[in-house]
Amino acid sequence: MMVMTSTLSVHGHNIKVTEVLKDGDTLTFLIVSQKLSGTGEHHVDRTYDDFEWLQQLLFSQEDEPGIQGVIFPSLPAKASANPSAKVMKQLGFLGLGEWQLYCKVLERYLRQVAAHSILSKNKAVEIFLTSSEPPGRQRARKNLFNRLSQAVEERRKEGYKDVDEFFQTERNHNLVLTCYAKTAAERFLDVVQSEQKIAVACAHFSASLHLCVEPGEDPDKQAFSKACVQLSEVFDSIKKNMTSVAENDMNTLGLGLDLESRCQEAEKEMLFRRTCKLVELEAARRNAEKAKPLKKAAMEEAKKTAEIEFNDICVVAKQEVHRFRAARVKMLQHTLVQWCEKQLLTAKESADQFNQQLQAFRGIAP
Amino acid sequence: MLLVKNTLNPRSKGNEDEVVLHSLFTVFQLDEEGGEEEQEDEFEISISVKDPEKIGGLHPTNDVNVFQTQLAMFRNKTFTVRRRFSDFLGLYEKLSEKHGPNGFIVPPPPEKSILGMTKVKVGKEDSSSADFVERRRAALERYLQRVVNHPSLLQDPDVREFLEREELPRAVGTQALSGAGFLKMINKATDAVSKMTIKMNESDVWFEEKLQEVESADQQFRKLHTLVESLVVHRKELSLNTASFAKSTAMLGSAEDNTALSRALSQLAEVEDKMEQLHQEQAANDTFSFAELIADYVRLLGAVRGSFDHRMKAWQRWQDAQAALQKKRETEAKLLWANKPDKLQLAKEEIAEWEVKVTQYERDFDKVSATVRKEVNRFDKEKAKNFKREIINYLECHLQSQQQLIKYWEAFLPEAKAIA
Repeated sequence: MMVMTSTLSVHGHNIKVTEVLKDGDTLTFLIVSQKLSGTGEHHVDRTYDDFEWLQQLLFSQEDEPGIQGVIFPSLPAKASANPSAKVMKQLGFLGLGEWQLYCKVLERYLRQVAAHSILSKNKAVEIFLTSSEPPGRQRARKNLFNRLSQAVEERRKEGYKDVDEFFQTERNHNLVLTCYAKTAAERFLDVVQSEQKIAVACAHFSASLHLCVEPGEDPDKQAFSKACVQLSEVFDSIKKNMTSVAENDMNTLGLGLDLESRCQEAEKEMLFRRTCKLVELEAARRNAEKAKPLKKAAMEEAKKTAEIEFNDICVVAKQEVHRFRAARVKMLQHTLVQWCEKQLLTAKESADQFNQQLQAFRGIAP
Repeated sequence: MLLVKNTLNPRSKGNEDEVVLHSLFTVFQLDEEGGEEEQEDEFEISISVKDPEKIGGLHPTNDVNVFQTQLAMFRNKTFTVRRRFSDFLGLYEKLSEKHGPNGFIVPPPPEKSILGMTKVKVGKEDSSSADFVERRRAALERYLQRVVNHPSLLQDPDVREFLEREELPRAVGTQALSGAGFLKMINKATDAVSKMTIKMNESDVWFEEKLQEVESADQQFRKLHTLVESLVVHRKELSLNTASFAKSTAMLGSAEDNTALSRALSQLAEVEDKMEQLHQEQAANDTFSFAELIADYVRLLGAVRGSFDHRMKAWQRWQDAQAALQKKRETEAKLLWANKPDKLQLAKEEIAEWEVKVTQYERDFDKVSATVRKEVNRFDKEKAKNFKREIINYLECHLQSQQQLIKYWEAFLPEAKAIA
């Protein structure tokens, strides 16, 4: 169990996942970080299992007060070089293309961890980013944060009435947003995939038009052939335009919606942990009240511990919620602006292109 | 402008498509001579086929179309008639029987579609049946326009009757012109010819080359049609998905408590709704500019092949007559030897008869060849013109879409920037 804390020796804000290499079924990611001292860079390679190792260690900082109140940066689902259909569905946007978005998401994860006041102090982060040897790949022991164990009890506790209006509101709000964000991401993925299909259809049509060219010196034949060739170019442009539109969608809003969806999930998990602690506390209080004199002291002790833990969590949680709210608005704003700017640029370029082609068409002898 | 109005008579009987078409015929200029094909601009007949209407109270089969024309050969400048779908098919049958064998390329009408019409009859009001009705209307319009643009066909009294007469006798036997039956008819000539074991002794290499071109064009166009239809399907899918996404964005916007973000998301939902509209229009553009045009040409190429086949038949008839004449001469020679004066006289008469036929058929063949040649040249010209016009239409629409899109993005950008 990692207990030692440290300060990070590298800058957090410009960590980069520069490349992904395929080795059989495994994907290896190259991570570059800048030394604080300004004397150079660290280059390390890590697999998904290493990321998971890091995540587990971050979860298991049990002696850090209020650690359960932290909204942990979210890791995407595991990707392999040849993912199954089920995995692809899980990955959504991140599975499209050649893992560019996936790298971006991992990059963001590391930057968030490195920027977090509590999490960045964990020595595991330093090791992950700077050690030339891959960190130990043994599975960390199961802990409170293991999702599988939560699954069964979740339903009952999720609806547990809160004692604090701030948190009750946040919980209600989060429940709704988590659901909507996930739906929006899924539907946007459908849009992008339709766009990609259109691009492919245009490419086929464009190629086929070339085959319609008729040889000969007959002026009508030549006019028709020329029209086919030009139309083929038009559809090639349409294809390129659609491809750009889809890429813009993927890289900006698609990514943004995916992040929003997973961040809401992360907040949901934190709020749930707090709720569970609340349930525990209220049980401890009842036990202390009802305790027979023999057990009374022990129950009181337990109650006091539960109270302290719960308060610590609430303090951290409140800060985290504020931080989270500000961060997501900023992220969404940035995403929407970027998306709009890119699509506007693409639309303008494409309009120019079509205009030119239209003029060229009008110029062919009638 | 051919306005085909579609009207459905719910009390129609049998399998026959009962589509009421209102057709509007407008001719821009008059030309007393009727015009040579080289002077097409001298007279122009424009046809409009309006949307179908339900006509109650009339005799069940009395659905009608409306045409208007200003051609000198017609009594009125503009007029309107009502026609059933089967009337259009009937017209085609008549024209192809009369002019096909002479080597004319008779434009084919759209096929009967049992599935499409059943939906419409049953009153299924959905986008696919509205689509079908519109496609058919436009196809009938183009069909008639082609017929009247053909200077020789325009002279045909059946065409004039079709355009002018208040009520047409019901066309019979158009059951054969269902989708499958129609293709059979078009291919009948081809099949008959391909079964012929005699290879035509082509003296004019122009025909051989042209036929090959036509056959390869047929293949290409069929392929293109499939590809465009696939493109249309994907565009419609995009439209649906965009609408779906717009809804989920609207929900996100309404749940959001940051005011500026909430407003931006609602705006985004509106933009996406507008884009859905654009995608729909784009799909329609693809359909009408290309899918339908290419489908027309697949049918037309069938008609072109038909004209080559008719020429082959004319050649065959000439050859058969020559063979028959040869036989008669041989008979005559035998009879000379056998010294049978009565039979000899008969034989001489038969020879004279067949000599006339041979000359006639040779002349027919030459005439058909000349017609086919002229027709094919005209076809090529029209094809180049049609495609160019449609492509320009398409590009103009597409450009408009893009410019609209730019406006939407420009309107959205300040909203996105205003989020804080």
